[in-house]
Amino acid sequence: MAARISYDDVEVGTELPTAAFPVTRATLVRYAGASGDFNPIHWNEKFAKEVGLPDVIAHGMFTMAEAVRVVTDWTGDPGALVEYGVRFTKPVVVPNDDEGAVIEVGGKVAAKDDEARTVRVDLLVKSAGQKVLGMSRAVVRLA
Amino acid sequence: MALDQSFVGRTYPATEPYEVGREKIREFAEAIGDTNPVYTDPEAAKALGYPDVIAPPTFVFAITFRAAGQVVQDPQLGLDYDRVVHGDQKFAYTRPVRAGDRLSVTSTIEAIKSMAGNDLVTVRGDVHDETGEHVVTAHTMLVARAAEEA
Repeated sequence: MAARISYDDVEVGTELPTAAFPVTRATLVRYAGASGDFNPIHWNEKFAKEVGLPDVIAHGMFTMAEAVRVVTDWTGDPGALVEYGVRFTKPVVVPNDDEGAVIEVGGKVAAKDDEARTVRVDLLVKSAGQKVLGMSRAVVRLA
Repeated sequence: MALDQSFVGRTYPATEPYEVGREKIREFAEAIGDTNPVYTDPEAAKALGYPDVIAPPTFVFAITFRAAGQVVQDPQLGLDYDRVVHGDQKFAYTRPVRAGDRLSVTSTIEAIKSMAGNDLVTVRGDVHDETGEHVVTAHTMLVARAAEEA
């Protein structure tokens, strides 16, 4: 409703502040509980390997939740989001150590809509040097 | 075996309302590590013009995905759930989900495609509050991977 970024101050090509979100096994257990997604590929290494994964992987919806924080932290108002979509292209592999993995997110304004006063932000989301989300786009209404 | 295209457009009955609680939103915000006070502090939410705390953008997935279970488990459709992975996800918001909402979901099969032996099913979940106002629509694309050769 009241994003703190003004539409007029933003241009196509404007870059959003980047962010890095750490994810450990403990993060995944907590997310499983909060989201109700208890699929064992997100906490059980033995099971994950049996179904052909390299190790436990993060919930795709967890990665999606983190990626959009670059947009909601920028505008200050998560309710200003109009659309948000991603494609799950590669898993975020989370080893069983103190470090876990890191989800790195960058965003850039790719289009402006003068009538709606919205901008489209294209997100680049990586972990361990690989792009983990494709077609990751958010449309947000600015002040 | 490819899924039956005639299921495209099939709509399932609206779910019983899910009541969104402040503490559930807080738990979710903490689980994703997001400290934005609009998720936890009603005063911060009011300052942005909301009647109560709002939920992070992807919170609603737990509700729409449960509703999509009607589609996934429809024996007539015959999706092999053991082979299903989440392909892509999109949300279109009319307004943010907020504490106190009583949300029901109407699921519709939006598309069925076949690609390299995989079945791609897109389920649309239209989420309305108890006054019938539209809140958000979720589009969930599921991929049922081709069965391995015996």
